[in-house]
Amino acid sequence: MRTGEFRTTYAADMAIFETPLARWSLGVFLVLLFLLPLMATNYWMDVVNRICIAVIGAVGLNILTGFTGQVSMGNAAFLAVGAYSTSLMANRWDLPWMVTVPIAGLVTALVGMVFGTPSLRLKGLYLAMATLAAHFIVEFTVVHWESVTGGVNGTSVPAARIFAFALDSDTRLFYLIASIAVALVFFAKNLFRTKVGKAFIAIRDQDISAEVMGVNVYKHKLLSFGVSSFYVGVAGSLLAYQARIISPENFPLSVAIDYLGMIIIGGLGSILGSILGAIFITLLPELLRLLTGALSGALPGLVQLFASLRIGVFGLAIVLFLIFEPDGLAARWHTIKNYWKLYPFSY
Amino acid sequence: MNFFLQLAINGVVIGSIYALVALGFVIIYKASGIINFAQGEFLVLGAYVCLAILSSGRVPVVPAFFLTLAFSAVLGVLLERLILRPMIGEPVISVIMVTFGLSNILRAVVQGLWGTDTRPFPALFPSTPVMFGPVPVSQGYLWSLGSVALLLILFSTFFRYSREGIAMRATAFSQQVALSMGISVKRIFALSWSIAAIVSAIGGVLLGSIRGGVDGSLAFLGLKVVPVTILGGLDSIQGAIVGGLIIGVLENLSGGYLDPLLGGGVKEVAPFIALVLILMIRPYGLFGKVHIERV
Repeated sequence: MRTGEFRTTYAADMAIFETPLARWSLGVFLVLLFLLPLMATNYWMDVVNRICIAVIGAVGLNILTGFTGQVSMGNAAFLAVGAYSTSLMANRWDLPWMVTVPIAGLVTALVGMVFGTPSLRLKGLYLAMATLAAHFIVEFTVVHWESVTGGVNGTSVPAARIFAFALDSDTRLFYLIASIAVALVFFAKNLFRTKVGKAFIAIRDQDISAEVMGVNVYKHKLLSFGVSSFYVGVAGSLLAYQARIISPENFPLSVAIDYLGMIIIGGLGSILGSILGAIFITLLPELLRLLTGALSGALPGLVQLFASLRIGVFGLAIVLFLIFEPDGLAARWHTIKNYWKLYPFSY
Repeated sequence: MNFFLQLAINGVVIGSIYALVALGFVIIYKASGIINFAQGEFLVLGAYVCLAILSSGRVPVVPAFFLTLAFSAVLGVLLERLILRPMIGEPVISVIMVTFGLSNILRAVVQGLWGTDTRPFPALFPSTPVMFGPVPVSQGYLWSLGSVALLLILFSTFFRYSREGIAMRATAFSQQVALSMGISVKRIFALSWSIAAIVSAIGGVLLGSIRGGVDGSLAFLGLKVVPVTILGGLDSIQGAIVGGLIIGVLENLSGGYLDPLLGGGVKEVAPFIALVLILMIRPYGLFGKVHIERV
């Protein structure tokens, strides 16, 4: 039987999987995940795809905000950069997704690092405002650079294809999106076992002590902006392949707030938290829609109220989580797990 | 030249309303170190409440206005007590997000109660324009400029001479010292939130009557005051006023002259470009407290 925290080697301390059981259950989860298209309808596959994209974006944002402590409100703008650079490459130069997705990530990483340069001087609130400004500047550019972005009307993106096989439905696209999501989550999980990842955390906890210990703070802040924006750019690229038509309406400021909400509700500085938060925030409107649909017989006015209900419940969820569970769903999950670990002898 | 003057006057008027809303923003920041992204929703809510009271038909304009202010004051105190107080001392990201959450809740309430269509707002001021040399200026503009100026003077005297105002400045200077002098910091926080809600509501009513209608898009003003407060200095009341006027004039001039070249929308983005430049050159703004920290 297991008893609490007892590790005798550094390797055990660094391990991703604490027990063989954890490894096996993750394996089973992945198998089930990839069998999902056999069971779910196209509508739910759309939801699952959006969850996977949100997971990538939320993990990316958490790397920057949760692990490095740099607040960014430019997430919607970075998503837009990823999506539009994909549409440009796919439309104009006819490049396959294997090229466009990573390059969209790299382009976004570059843009993210440009907007991350103020982080040399700015901290906390001020950085949040600089990234807020970045959002509006990118939005303005997207609306006005019509030759590339199609302006307010938007632009279409051809379906991703693997050789002659077009990934033109959500079920087909799922394998692409889910594999990339799984790979990126693993990369992030491993990132925080490396020197760079530890440097990020050191900067978050105390930037002055990090500098004293020999971490090049500015370099790592920029690197964090780069890695984070790469993730968000890949998410934006996949979003373009999924939505097929992208316009500035896909990337309002509320999307950036949604992503911040995901990592708050999921748990700052937790990969698992980003995943849980992404699932929570993406499912919230779907469940609300089901609920209002089910109750529409009894309360006919409810369907009209759906839009405001969605906004209100999202806001309420954020406020309640911040007040009552500031460490998010991930912390809750660990509490539950620890309770059962020693059950029935928890003391 | 006329075009320039017209733009500049419009800029000063809208800038004075920015100054008013920014004042609320700065008061909250000074007292509690919280950036309030729900300021725009306070403004919308104030305008709608005033409209609702007016359209009930039983209350004349002036009492309706004061009823709106009373409502805002109570709202501010309630929100501070229920939502903001647990956030004191939490990391920046949590504080930012809680005000975003709050703004979402308020927006949902406004949309649920009044819908998303633009509602006509009664003209509170006579419509015949006054001539300023060659430039006609609508009376609504003059009234709102005058009332904003009056309010700003009122608040300056309040902070300078009144007991509560001095207590607020003491709290902003150091919460510990204020506590040891027998000032109730909690009451100051509540007071600052209700002042912020009141000034935003006034801004909302003025803006509603100038534009002749209210809808949720007015809330965008809450984000526009971010550049204003940064330009003036986050913790400076005079900075909020000067910053408001500068940003108001800047966005109108840049909108007026650059929109034909760039195809619209410059007015919305110009304050944010200014914001980036200010942050690069002088992050503490024109009048803000210089806080130097090197890493």
